[in-house]
This record gives sequence, C-alpha cells and structure tokens, in this order.
Amino acid sequence: MSSAIAMGNKSLFQGLNLRQKTILIISFTSILLFAIVIISLFLAGNALPTNFESKNLAPSLEHPFGTDWMGRDMFVRTLEGLGLSIIIGAFASLISTVLTLILGLFSSLGKTADSFVSWLVDLFLSVPHLLLIILISIGMGGGTKGVIIGVALTHWPSLTRVVRAEIKQLKTQEYLHISKNLGKSKWWIATKHILPHLSPQILLGTILMFPHAILHEASVTFLGFGLSPHEPAIGIILSEAMGYLSAGYWWLAFFPGLSLLIVVLAFDMIGENFGKLMNPKMAHE
Amino acid sequence: MKHAKLGFFLGKKTIKLISLLVVVCFASFWIVEQSPIDPVRAYIGEMSIQSEQKAKLDEYWGVNTPAQEKFFNWAGKLLKGDFGVSLIYRVPVIDVIKEKFTASLILMACSWLISGVIGFVLGIIAGMKNGTWIDKAIKTYCYILTATPTFWLALLLLMVFSVYLGLFPLGFSVPIGVAAANVTLFDKFQHLILPALTLSLLGVAQIAMFTREKLIEVLLSDYVLFAKARGEKGLDLILRHGVRNVALPAITLQFLGFSELFGGAALVEQVFSYPGIGQATVAAGLRSDVPLLLGIVIFSAIFVFFGNLIADLIYEFIDPRLKQKEAML
Repeated sequence: MSSAIAMGNKSLFQGLNLRQKTILIISFTSILLFAIVIISLFLAGNALPTNFESKNLAPSLEHPFGTDWMGRDMFVRTLEGLGLSIIIGAFASLISTVLTLILGLFSSLGKTADSFVSWLVDLFLSVPHLLLIILISIGMGGGTKGVIIGVALTHWPSLTRVVRAEIKQLKTQEYLHISKNLGKSKWWIATKHILPHLSPQILLGTILMFPHAILHEASVTFLGFGLSPHEPAIGIILSEAMGYLSAGYWWLAFFPGLSLLIVVLAFDMIGENFGKLMNPKMAHE
Repeated sequence: MKHAKLGFFLGKKTIKLISLLVVVCFASFWIVEQSPIDPVRAYIGEMSIQSEQKAKLDEYWGVNTPAQEKFFNWAGKLLKGDFGVSLIYRVPVIDVIKEKFTASLILMACSWLISGVIGFVLGIIAGMKNGTWIDKAIKTYCYILTATPTFWLALLLLMVFSVYLGLFPLGFSVPIGVAAANVTLFDKFQHLILPALTLSLLGVAQIAMFTREKLIEVLLSDYVLFAKARGEKGLDLILRHGVRNVALPAITLQFLGFSELFGGAALVEQVFSYPGIGQATVAAGLRSDVPLLLGIVIFSAIFVFFGNLIADLIYEFIDPRLKQKEAML
C-alpha cells in the first residue's frame, strides 16, 4: 500500500531514500490527524446552526459534504465526529496498552502467573468482540462512559498474546539466567531487562490498536449503544443517514463513512511505516 | 493409537468447554448485575403502573433478591436447559436463539465460504505475481477493505443496489405483507444476497493477505527451488507445491475467524433488517433483555469455541506434516 502511495508521489519524493520517505509519510498523516482533532475541539464549543432554508442540499462548494434535514453542514459534523472518534480511540488504546504492560510483566513472574494471563486472554477472546463491548457497556450503565470503557477494556488480548510470546522467548536468553544467578529479583529483571526489549513492540501495537478501537467505537455507536443522539459521532451520523437512504440523500452516508475510512487508513499507514522504521531487516529495502 | 489420541484430545477439549462456559456464565452475569438496569421497566416498557403492582412485579423478577441467590437460581435453571423467558419477544430464550441463529447461520455460512474461496484465490494470484501490478492492486484492495467500516459498506451496497438500481428489496428476510407459508425460497434467497455480499467482500481481505504471504514464503523454500531445477514451472508448480502447502493454514485461519464473523453479521443484519442473531443481540442490549442477552453470550461463546476446535483438529490431526513428525519419533 505504502509502495503504491510512494509511486503516486514519485516526483515529490524523488531523491529521498526509503527512510526519509517513510518519515515523511508518517509526519504527513500525523499532521492530518492532529489537525482533525484540534479543529474538532474548536468546533465542539459552538452549537451547529440549524438552517431549515438550506436543508437536504446536495454537496456543493459551499457545503462540500452537503447538509442534513436540519440544514446543518455535514462537513462540520463529520469533522467533529472524527475528532471524537480519534479521542476515544486514543483513550482506549492507552488503557489497553497499560493493561497489556501490566499483564505482560505479570506473566514474566512465574509459571502460575503466566498461565493465569493466558487463561484471561483466552477468556476475553472466547466471546465475539462486538458482543463483549456491548455487554461491558451495558454493565457500566450504557452511555458515552459505557462505550468508552467497553472499547478500552477489550483491545488488550491480542497485543498481550504477542508480548507474552516475546517474553517467553526472552526468558531463554543467557543474560537473564546470569542476572538471576547474580541474585536480582524477578521484578528487577522484568523492569530492567525485559521491559526495554518490549517497548518497540508495545509502541507499534498501540498505534495499530487505534484503527480497531475507532472502528469498534463507530460500530457500537451505529448500533445505538452509548453516545447520545446529540453527540456528533460518526456512528450516529451514519445511523441517522440510514433513514434518508430511500429518499436519495446519498451524501449523508457516503462522505462521513469515507472520512472514517481515511482516518483508519491513516493510522494503519503510520503503524506500518513505523514498523518499517523500527525493523532493521527492512531498513534498506 | 490414533483413536486414543483423538479421544484424549476431545476429552480435554470437552473439559475446557465446560470450564469456559462456567466462567463465561459467571462473568457475564456479574457484568450485567453491575448495571443499573431495572428488569421490570424493561418488561413493561413505558407503561405507567401503580406502585403496588410494581412491587409485585419486583418480587416476581427478583429485583430485591441478593445477587448470589439470583445467580444460583439462574444457573440452576440453566443446567436443566431452561434459559428463561425473553422480555421483548415474550417466548422462551432458547426458542428465540434457535430461530435467529438458524437465520444467521445461513448468512454467515454463505459469506464464510465465498470470502474463503475468493480470498484464497486472490491470495494465490497475488503471491504468484508478487511485485507486479496485479499483486499491488490486490494488496491495495485488501488494505482498504480492512479499514472499511462494515456498516458503511452495507449502507453503500443498499444504496446502490436497492435504492438506485432497485435490484434487491430494502430489507427484512422475507417480503412484507406476505404470509409465512407463502414465502418462497427465491424470496429468502433474494433477501440474503446483499448481506452475504457485504460480509463476503470484507472477509476476503484477511485470508487473501495471509495466503499471499504464505505462498511467497513457500516459493522461496528449498523444495520449490528443487522442483524448479527439475523443470517444473508456472501454474503447475504453484498447484503442486504451493497450493497444497498453503491450503491448510488458510482453512485453519478461516475457522479462527468465527468471532469476527459474528460481529460483522450483527452490523450487517442491522443495516439490512435481516432478522438474525445479530439483530436480536442489538435489540436485547438496547432494551435490556437480560435473559436473552446472557443466552446469546453463551451460545456465541460455544459458536466461537467450535471454530477454534475445528482449527485445532485440522492442525493436530489432518496436517500431513505433523503426521510425518510423529512417524519419525
């Protein structure tokens, strides 16, 4: 994918090596995402003007994404929704990463701890992910809080699995045995020897968790859980748009969904390029 | 020898399933118990009632019984196969699940098969033509698909095929206003196409990328180099050495995807108003139908478990490479 993009921008990137290109892609996409968040934060303060004279307008120069049945500009609504999605995604990834870190280090302490962590991972993966989020969000009393907690508490298992496998492999290393024989405590080994090895994995895992969290948040919101109808979330915009499909207002669903797709793709691209930068084997491809 | 091993394997898995279900029951009950949901409100809806009646209903639904007692009541009935009565459908939970799961199984099975076959073929093509424009096109397609929100794609397809082209009905698994007995197989089929298409399109990505990577790995192996040295080439080489080695891991992966399939089905069913288990889940969640929700959690856990079990079985008993390893020991 990134190669396809690099190809399209050949003239722009000529004369740069792969590392520079990768860094450029990462910075471009990051700036785009940051811009969305900052703009949405500025927009969040003022309520969107409803203007019934300009309702259900098809996309034009004035309203690039069209307007809805209350005459609200869809472009602004979409931006706000995306900002909200990114913030929720960031929060959820952060919590999940912290959980991964704790459980990963805990699993390094001994055999019983390790089987407990692996059992917990299996347990969380045994129920379909979407259903688990719904269940937790109901348990938390629903609402915005319920969805955020539901998304945050369910994205750690796959990364934990990776981290656990990595730890298992690290534990066969000789310097860990030596460290142990020198009388270092398990906790000391976990934080001083194992953790530094894990940090790139965890950083990459966190970035790649983002798109999942965002898509899940949008899905659950679309289904009607959590965020209240006044909140400009993408899921809510799209579920509202569903009622206007047969009327032919295609822009209500098309542009917000497409923007969400682009945001998710941007995160994927950052993750992938980041992985390339960190993988020494691929550095000179 | 082999039967003994299989027996041992299945015995172990049965114990695992039982212990898993016990924990899932306990955990999901505990989570729902945390919720401030009032089951009486969920049952009567927005109706206003007198406080005496409310007290009676409270007693009937056990609002004031302690959580442990409630759990043991529920779990005790569960052991006898009684899942309770659904609050929104007003019929036993087990009947609701039976009906909705069957409808969903057809949908999921269709898209599972289609996405598996197409994904595998695309993966083989991409791996074979590694680095060419075909490979890049397939990779880009898969990459975009993984970032696509399921419900958005469903909305787009609904818009294009049902609203603009008018080829398919706007929703529901049977035509509106037609008695159940008069619904033809064709009607059912027609209402199945778009949801199945959506799920298939999205399911392709993962399996295609996996197959592609595996095939490239196989093509770099020594035995393929040797086969090339013997003069084998082209499609023949791929079919003889590539596909045979890639097929099993790909099928295994497809079986491991049951969990995501369920989530995808829930979203798609919502958009197309397809009355399956996904829609029932959403309804149960939104309207606080706790018995139904817990029933669905249990059955979906069994569903996912069987997917994993089949994947394990393939890995342990069918993969010829492992057989060889055993013979060597």
